[in-house]
Amino acid sequence: MNVLIMGCGRLGARVATLLDQQGHQLTVMDTNPASFRRLPESFGGTRFIGNGMDGPALERAGIREVDAFLAVTQGDNRNYFASQMAREVYGVKRVLCRIYDPVREEIFRELGLETFSPTSLGAGIMVDMLLKPAKG
Amino acid sequence: MYVLIAGGGKVGFYLAQELLNSNHEVLIVEREGGRVASIIEELGDNVLHGDGCEATTLDAAGVARADLVAAVTGDDEDNLVICEIARRRGVTRTIARINNPKNELLFKKRGIETTISATTAVLAQIEQELPTGEMIPLLQMHSGLELVEIKLPETSPVAGRSIREVLLPPESLISLVVDPGGVPRIPSGDTRLQAGDALVVVTRRESAAVLREALIGSTHGLDT
Repeated sequence: MNVLIMGCGRLGARVATLLDQQGHQLTVMDTNPASFRRLPESFGGTRFIGNGMDGPALERAGIREVDAFLAVTQGDNRNYFASQMAREVYGVKRVLCRIYDPVREEIFRELGLETFSPTSLGAGIMVDMLLKPAKG
Repeated sequence: MYVLIAGGGKVGFYLAQELLNSNHEVLIVEREGGRVASIIEELGDNVLHGDGCEATTLDAAGVARADLVAAVTGDDEDNLVICEIARRRGVTRTIARINNPKNELLFKKRGIETTISATTAVLAQIEQELPTGEMIPLLQMHSGLELVEIKLPETSPVAGRSIREVLLPPESLISLVVDPGGVPRIPSGDTRLQAGDALVVVTRRESAAVLREALIGSTHGLDT
């Protein structure tokens, strides 16, 4: 699969590394070149410096050829904006989007995006850990 | 009419002021505390301190009963999110300010029809004032000569003619012709000019206007 990832933070770099190891074709884009140090030396994909909210930059990063677009910058609104751009303007088939704010995440999901909120997921896990301790 | 304005910068502020003067109910949602304080000082208690991109803030602002939501922050992504949330809350009229004209398409695709872009407005004005044929000064030479680039428009009086037939002002010389495909040629008297050609011309500074007339034609498009 040909995948474009916007945002090379902890999550973006980790997902890129895992997919790269499985033999997928990766491009990771970030406005800050220093963020690419989170990728391992062995990373075989493309590092692309650019702003994922900018149409021409997305085109140069190859958005027209990708099978999937993942939006994982620190900004919920940026992720939403870029995801809708990938979907509505460039017709990318699979678009996944991280949204920290659970309220916004629900709204964006209702608007048809594939979203997840690490806040909601983390809260669920913590409650489970607390109330259903592993038997030992 | 109840108008909810997201973003208390200059656009939001003056918009609120105008609407209040026309006796509309107005609430500005502004994220930055210092800005909130100065708006209160100027406009009174018509501002809510909070992030307009958060549904809970918009709910506290009574978004559901707003007749119109104007998203006028300096960030296009925030304005898109504000409009989307407002519409999910049942607001039918949303207006978005757009900073990057290229983003207009996305707003339209998302069904946000009313977008305002100062960049687009200024650009349209500039394009209107530019003549269609362009003469770009490239280099001023000490001898009083000047090197200019001229792109021949469709309406150029010399399109289809050979260089021999073209009447140029004194001491003017077409020294290079770049065809529409980007191929440069050193012209001879037999070289035929066509619309879309870019010419590099040496001329005297005081002849520039005559040269433009000869190669581009009247800027008013009256002569053919």
